[in-house]
Amino acid sequence: MKRTIVAGLIGLVFGAGIALSGMANPAKVLNFFDVAGQWDPSLLVVMVSALAVAFVGYRLVLRRPGPLLEPSFHLPTNRRIDLPLVGGSAVFGLGWGISGFCPGGAIPALGLGEATAWAFVGSMLTGLFIARSIRQANAASAATKTA
Amino acid sequence: MTEFTPVLSLVGGALIGLSAVLLMATHGRIAGMTGILTGLIPPGSTDWAWRAAFVAGAIIAPMLMLQVSETAIAFDSPVPMPWVIISGLIVGGGAYFGSGCTSGHGVCGLARLSPRSLVATLTFLGSAIATVFVIRHVLGGL
Repeated sequence: MKRTIVAGLIGLVFGAGIALSGMANPAKVLNFFDVAGQWDPSLLVVMVSALAVAFVGYRLVLRRPGPLLEPSFHLPTNRRIDLPLVGGSAVFGLGWGISGFCPGGAIPALGLGEATAWAFVGSMLTGLFIARSIRQANAASAATKTA
Repeated sequence: MTEFTPVLSLVGGALIGLSAVLLMATHGRIAGMTGILTGLIPPGSTDWAWRAAFVAGAIIAPMLMLQVSETAIAFDSPVPMPWVIISGLIVGGGAYFGSGCTSGHGVCGLARLSPRSLVATLTFLGSAIATVFVIRHVLGGL
């Protein structure tokens, strides 16, 4: 129960940060990408500021033996630079550049009561779970071949 | 046009970074929206509750801000709805295969000095900039 409440409070901090920073506003995000036109550098400030806080904070936190509410840290272990990473990121950037919505920006935008945000999130979740079922189907067929 | 908002973006960015540090300090988890959402379905898995709570908090925060603040939070989606829906499918699929989005790779991963996240972040930023360039300056808009 404590874990859930704390995660909810941290979600509030995240959502407030996204809303204040302008990341929940697709027009602002698109203008950040429009370096040859109406460039709005605000999101560069967002990324540098978020990264500076996270960089210093992670150094302090990861020095500890573990997190406060769980037995251990869950850190990604995959270190390969492979086709899914690069291809997936390039495809994600294409979609982000079309609408200006990304997952972390769109979820707080739901709280603004905007219909386009709900349409985007519905379609993004569909894309996410189609992709997951493709990967699971591939993993299952690879397991059958090696068995 | 959108106004350059250095102070709000600085404060907002710091809160995004703070939420990443707090989630690592308490739950030992990366605060990446793609990863958190992926673990939400099917509901009822062992770590479902904290994920749902984080997402709920992220949605409620702007609602609360609209209640207490006089100034509205700017929102404008300038692209026609069919393109918003198409981009949703592309973003969801791409972020899944790329193992993360702006929050996961661009903030948490870069803060951990992860080479994978550096490659992912440069790739999706470059791809988004190229996409906007082609749409606005080659095709003349959607």
